[in-house]
Amino acid sequence: MAKKLNKVFIDVEVDPSVAGDVALAAKLEEVCPVNIFKGTESGVEIVEENLDECVLCKLCLEAAPAGTVHVRKLYDGTELS
Amino acid sequence: MSILLNRDTTFIVQGITGREAVNLTRECLDYGSKVVGGVTPGRKGREVHGVPVFDTVAQAVEHHGGPIDGSVVTVPPAFTKDAVFEAILNGIKLIVIVTERIPRRDVAQMVELAEIEGARIIGPNCLGLIVPDVCKMGGIGGPARDAAKSYAPGPVGVMSRSGGMTTEISSSLTQAGLGVSTAVSIGGDAIIGSAYAELMPYFEADEETQAIVIYTEPGGRMEAQLAQWVAANDSRLPIVAFMAGKFMDDEEMKGMSFGHAGTIVEGVEDTATEKIARLEAAGIRVVERIDEIPAAVKEKLAA
Amino acid sequence: MTIIEISSTWAFLVPPNWNLPILPPLRIGSAPLMRFYEFEARQIVELAGIPVTKYGFCKTADEARQAAEEIGGPVVIKSQVLSGGRMKAGGVKFADTPDEAAAHAEDILQLEINGQMPRGVLVDPKAEVKQEYYASVVWDGTAKKPLMLFSDMGGIDIEEVAETHPDHVGKGHVTNLMPIPDFEAKQTIAATGVTGSQLNRATPILAKLARLFRDYDMTLAEINPLAELTDGSFVALDAHMEMENEAVGRQKVLLRKQLEIAEDDTRETYEPSEFERNVAAIDAADHRGVIQGKDHGFSGNLGLVIGAGGGSLTLTDAVRSQNGRPANYSEIGGNPSVAKACGLAKEVLEKDGVEKIAVMMSIVSNTRVDIVARGVIKACLELDKDPAETIAIFRIPGAWEDEGFKILDRYGVEYCDRSVSMWEAAGRAVAKIQGEAASA
Repeated sequence: MAKKLNKVFIDVEVDPSVAGDVALAAKLEEVCPVNIFKGTESGVEIVEENLDECVLCKLCLEAAPAGTVHVRKLYDGTELS
Repeated sequence: MSILLNRDTTFIVQGITGREAVNLTRECLDYGSKVVGGVTPGRKGREVHGVPVFDTVAQAVEHHGGPIDGSVVTVPPAFTKDAVFEAILNGIKLIVIVTERIPRRDVAQMVELAEIEGARIIGPNCLGLIVPDVCKMGGIGGPARDAAKSYAPGPVGVMSRSGGMTTEISSSLTQAGLGVSTAVSIGGDAIIGSAYAELMPYFEADEETQAIVIYTEPGGRMEAQLAQWVAANDSRLPIVAFMAGKFMDDEEMKGMSFGHAGTIVEGVEDTATEKIARLEAAGIRVVERIDEIPAAVKEKLAA
Repeated sequence: MTIIEISSTWAFLVPPNWNLPILPPLRIGSAPLMRFYEFEARQIVELAGIPVTKYGFCKTADEARQAAEEIGGPVVIKSQVLSGGRMKAGGVKFADTPDEAAAHAEDILQLEINGQMPRGVLVDPKAEVKQEYYASVVWDGTAKKPLMLFSDMGGIDIEEVAETHPDHVGKGHVTNLMPIPDFEAKQTIAATGVTGSQLNRATPILAKLARLFRDYDMTLAEINPLAELTDGSFVALDAHMEMENEAVGRQKVLLRKQLEIAEDDTRETYEPSEFERNVAAIDAADHRGVIQGKDHGFSGNLGLVIGAGGGSLTLTDAVRSQNGRPANYSEIGGNPSVAKACGLAKEVLEKDGVEKIAVMMSIVSNTRVDIVARGVIKACLELDKDPAETIAIFRIPGAWEDEGFKILDRYGVEYCDRSVSMWEAAGRAVAKIQGEAASA
């Protein structure tokens, strides 16, 4: 079985200040077209294996309070804004 | 100035609420096309990028207040025939069928009805057609910004059995400073609404078009039909052809299908070698390399 | 490598002197159509109301003996394989008695022909034939209508008849929209000079054949020979049918109920390779985008991760014309996910003999450059390969190319935009792999 790599191109981080917000977590899960977010009882979880599928659509940035969701492009060091 | 489409062409999108159709509608609107309605049964009253959605073509026509010129059909294969019949029998004269994997019987029936009613079908399994800077009907060329990069107005008519290669070739003509009059993605299936020879009279009648480029593949007889048309009609238009899939002539590839549904060699006449010979016998220049097309067109235009 | 020839008198080519261009049926290779065994074609003909002789489809020697008893008189026992050359391989034998029929069936049932074990045997009477005719229906892609063919010189290759005796071949189109009228068949037959009771008996048979062709979405419906027996009656002695794959879903009543063909009985003409199966599985597991891979007939060192349909054909030619050796053929389209592009690239990279891959497409408008770039680079990384070394060239211009080029820059992969033609990109990939071989 060949190895599987995640988080090669994209990393996503949700600010600890809002990560526990169950309503936001559900919203993020709904808007992301590639299922990077998972809403749980304790808040938002990042689905590592889907990170590299990010299509840079910014829907998560729009869904969350400004500056609380960070989408980083690991290949050029920039962050989506 | 163009064939089949002009600045005033109106069309609807059947199956407009589907994922691909939503994108295609956005692209066409951005390009300046007049998308006057959409049809998805049961979704009347919605809007897709500001385009009103109806249950029937008749409602769309009524809302528009007069005949609608065209329809882009993007419904699943099992429903395509009904959608196309509906369009034709509601007076629509130009139908682009995007859907692939439609059984031949259905396609043949749609084409026969179109003939009876004086309508023209482009496709199935195609990306539609585009008149640079004027109108785009279908997903051809992609988003308006990308389409603008590949398609500039010019004297060359393009017909291609591959949607992607329509844009690749048009882009090379644009880069070479030639440009395109109208580009038609004619579709990759064994039976299509409009083969090269059937579109030639339109290009022949279009003053802006000074040369034709065709992209072709193994399988089917439409190149032989074009060669016959050229021989019989003393066309004013020089034609440059590119044949892809020559590797399929190899013994071990015989009978295998590559690329499009229609790209399957079913007899000696369908092979790349045989087609090239036929086209050349009709005075059509067949280039060996894809990047030789612009120079070959320039040469023909200068002659 | 196994390429199997389907048994058909339509062993084809259409002579150039035929004024009607027609689309002859497919014979070999990976077929985009549903093929039928002779016993199934016989059932289909029967369902359409075309007379056949008494016959038996048997799976054991005992059944064959019973069938021979019921038929009475001399019989012929035929192996049921989707393959030509049955006669030569010993798959067709004649018997005078039921015991002999059973013995032959016993042998034939154990006889492998071109790698296929028979599904059973067909037991047919040795018919008393007065005259053999030929009847078929195929698609005419130019006229976009079914085309009927009829000849009063049946039993032999139709293309041979067409060449040597064109006046003995009648051709006629069938309406797509109306119920098929008998007269269309009558005209076709009468064109060969057949008249009298023969014309009147053959007409409904050809019309029924045309109806079954249309109703069942066939790409070929052929009866050869159509026999006039000594008593003047007409029967279909041998039939050959092929159905369009696109229509299999809507022909469930015929396929599953009447012919009892299992869903997974797809009848590929050759066994798909491991590569082909793996790529198909990756494609099926994820609805985003479409990938395809074939390596049947390819054995080179340059893996091709290419697209889309037309682009793949153009690029495969471009590699070969510049003396490159492709390891495979592939297609990427419809904006696949990173995982899918990665899966295809990995499968290509893991093929025996593959040293590098070339990632090339015609200008994309739906598929995204950056997504494919991520996929192919990830494939290299997961296989512990350096993307800069492994990817000979990346030539995908179009949607999201600027983003894609950033990724490629980061990993040092050589890429180009639309100013580099598909031909030139293919040439660079070939030069790279050959340059390395030369210096090694």
